[in-house]
Amino acid sequence: MQDKPLLSIRGLKKSFDTQDALRGLDLDVYKGEFLTLLGPSGCGKTTTLRIIAGLETPTEGKVYLEGVDITSFAPEKREVNTVFQNYALFPHMNVEKNIAYGLRMRRLDRKTIKQKVKEMLHLVQLEGYEKRMPSQLSGGQRQRVAIARSAVLEPKILLLDEPLGALDLQLRRQMQGELKRMQKQLGITFIYITHDQEEALNMSDRIALMRDGRFVQLASPYELYENPVSAFAASFIGETNLIEGTVSEINGDELLLDIGGKTVRAKNKDWVQEGQKLCLCIRAERLRYRRQDPGHNCLHGKLVATHYTGSDRTSILELSTGQTVISRHTTEQEEKVNQGETVCVWWDIDKATVVIDDREQAL
Amino acid sequence: MIEKNDKKQLLAIPMGLWAAAFVGLSLLYIIGLSLLTKGEGFSYSPPLTLDNYIKLREKQYISSLLLSLRLAFFTTLISAFVGYPFAYFISKASPKKRVWLLVMLIAPFWTNALIRIYGWKILFYANGPINTLLKSIGIIERPLKLLYTEGAVLIGMVYCMLPFFVLPVYSSVERIDWSMVEASRDLGASPLKAFITVTIPMTSAGIMAGLVLTFIPSVGLFFISDLLGGSNTMLWGNLIQNELLKSHDMPFAAALSVVLLIMTAIVLFIYRRQGGEAESMVY
Amino acid sequence: MKKNTPLSKLYITFTMLLLYLPILVVVLFSFNANTGRTASMSFTGFSTYWYKDLLSPVTGFGTQLKSSLEVALWSVFIAGVLAILGAIGMVRRKVGKSLASKITYKAIGAGEQLAMLPMMIPELIMGISLMALFRLFKLPFGKTTLILSHITFCVPYILVTVKSRLITLDPSLVEAARDLGASPFKAIITVTLPLVAPAILSGSLLAFAMSMDDFVISFFVSGAETTTLPLKIYSSVKVGVTPKVNAMCTVMLGFAFLMVGGGQLVSAYAERRKELS
Repeated sequence: MQDKPLLSIRGLKKSFDTQDALRGLDLDVYKGEFLTLLGPSGCGKTTTLRIIAGLETPTEGKVYLEGVDITSFAPEKREVNTVFQNYALFPHMNVEKNIAYGLRMRRLDRKTIKQKVKEMLHLVQLEGYEKRMPSQLSGGQRQRVAIARSAVLEPKILLLDEPLGALDLQLRRQMQGELKRMQKQLGITFIYITHDQEEALNMSDRIALMRDGRFVQLASPYELYENPVSAFAASFIGETNLIEGTVSEINGDELLLDIGGKTVRAKNKDWVQEGQKLCLCIRAERLRYRRQDPGHNCLHGKLVATHYTGSDRTSILELSTGQTVISRHTTEQEEKVNQGETVCVWWDIDKATVVIDDREQAL
Repeated sequence: MIEKNDKKQLLAIPMGLWAAAFVGLSLLYIIGLSLLTKGEGFSYSPPLTLDNYIKLREKQYISSLLLSLRLAFFTTLISAFVGYPFAYFISKASPKKRVWLLVMLIAPFWTNALIRIYGWKILFYANGPINTLLKSIGIIERPLKLLYTEGAVLIGMVYCMLPFFVLPVYSSVERIDWSMVEASRDLGASPLKAFITVTIPMTSAGIMAGLVLTFIPSVGLFFISDLLGGSNTMLWGNLIQNELLKSHDMPFAAALSVVLLIMTAIVLFIYRRQGGEAESMVY
Repeated sequence: MKKNTPLSKLYITFTMLLLYLPILVVVLFSFNANTGRTASMSFTGFSTYWYKDLLSPVTGFGTQLKSSLEVALWSVFIAGVLAILGAIGMVRRKVGKSLASKITYKAIGAGEQLAMLPMMIPELIMGISLMALFRLFKLPFGKTTLILSHITFCVPYILVTVKSRLITLDPSLVEAARDLGASPFKAIITVTLPLVAPAILSGSLLAFAMSMDDFVISFFVSGAETTTLPLKIYSSVKVGVTPKVNAMCTVMLGFAFLMVGGGQLVSAYAERRKELS
């Protein structure tokens, strides 16, 4: 990462009639990175993208590209291109003409245009498809044309709005790899939108998790997974258990949590206060259970059900507090426990985090 | 300042200005004109007066108004009863046939109405085909007076207005969710009951549009009554025609037109009130 | 869905027959071999006598046809430009926050309503109002007033067809064009117009037919020198002249069928294209 960001957003707000879509966003995007805007439907990711592209104007706030304020620039004046969710290929033009469109608008000469289109078709592996019409292409092929059409203009930033949403699972997995490859090859900065957290974790250098028009956490996939900043962030990525508890004592690096009468130890965080209600976040694969009491960090629970999926087993347990937790473990590691039996649910202190409980409302 | 987004709608300004001038201004003018007094020849001038409207209370005008409304009403009614089954059956035909049926329905509509009325005139002549046919079969002895009667005008009007009813109804019928009708049959309704309680209500939007689209022009028609009815049928439109051609009385003709305008406005208002949409009237 | 019963098929056939009866009569009599005084009423045999000199300027309908065509072509062209711009401007328009924005929005909306009005009120009213207006501005009645009037009632037909196609057009297509570097103007020319072309064509065909067949409005705004075809037919029918009128009518009918057929082909083509956007 460099010192100067390629794109900066400051204080971005957008309201539609009665609805506040964006409530104040600040973001820096660096050259060459793959940044993903991740979040549930309606969180404002598409609106943000459209503002960067120039297809919407913000109610408040500024957008800077390489230090220049482009907030009021028309879309055709920005060196930023978009790959639309439904591809938006021009139905009355063939593949060649679609890809050439932007170059035509720049008034490049025919020879150059032909050359660049050829190179792009090679990059997206669609050589020979020049004269095909969009209606004759499959979903995956259309998608590649859409990317080619935008990428051929060598924009400073390529914006992609859930480009893989319409594809089936296998194709999606394949395209994820393709996109990553293309991004590295072209060296273009990608800002990517998806609501699929697996996709985000897989492809991104950094993820900006959004909710209700605000950024919740901006971090690398690893950081987001290991150290989620809140219960919402924790539950959005991966399978997580959020066990409610109250802070009973703080001892330097550690704290004591009261969970339904039982006391467990956890790692302290600087914002924690005594008496505070919070959630203990434990990933499903880090939660274990066994018959014998390990002596530390144990909660009693009853095995409700288990699902066998070949390599894994997912177990659902009901704690004595009434809360349900999930444990995922390989079949190799298991201890044969029967349904209905009471067991000890335990975990490694280092593998759990305390988080603010913001599940009901965005803070 | 106009936001960037709005700039596109400025493209509609030429059209708006044109309409303001040629539709808005002319309509306003005609309303104003109805309040002036007739002068020499075609001229007119102040003083402002309501005489033109007061004149309308004379017997001849009232009876003409009633006749026009009555004919328009019956035209609409008959068009509805003849047209609805027509639209219904077309929609049930096979897709290929449907296209052809619609083309055949619309094609005469695209030809000159005068031509078609002329055809009826020929048919209605005393020595024309209809009378000749009836005579030869022996149903009548002397030729029927078909031309220059109210009946002839009514037939002519229904003939011209029928497509106006059928088309909106057809587009409504085409969109029916037939599974609803089947459901009502499944619940025990006879075909007739199902038709009345399910099909017709589901097509009510089309029916309403059809009624309005048929009634409004019917009130203003004058050439049908001119050609098929002669001086026996003085419809409102014929009155206007006369005032202009014979009496050169612009203010009075304007007043007559304003009455027509008011009737149209009332019908449109009721239509809008009932939830009708202008767009659904176009096919 | 049940198919049609024989009874309903009979109904359709019968109604269609009635629909075409007067037309068939007109066409039949145009081939009347009877050249005498009763030619309009009694049919004696087949002949193409009445088709001779149909288009000659003096004895035929040549001048009127020429006038009608001139008026129709000019009217459709100008109405088309007004209506297409109008449609593009109106579909998916937004209103801003400022007062000026709101006023403009309402004003343009009113303009559109007025433009649509000729289609919704009796032609009689339009005819007389236009006539009064032209009188007021001392415009001589003739080709100009005809064209001005025809434009006025042609606009709604083209506006509606183009608008309904524009509404189904994917808005992201124009956004993509802008995103790729096209100015708003270029985007409309290279993306919107080509995709809307079939609707423009069918709307124009419809308007053309409306103009060629217009009687009521032309009746009020034409002058002594300029007579359109429908006006000439009207006067001929009123007086009760020769089957030459029938011949002209038959020819017009032929063209009308050609145009409807053409319109069908255009809309079938458009349907195929529509699937893509």
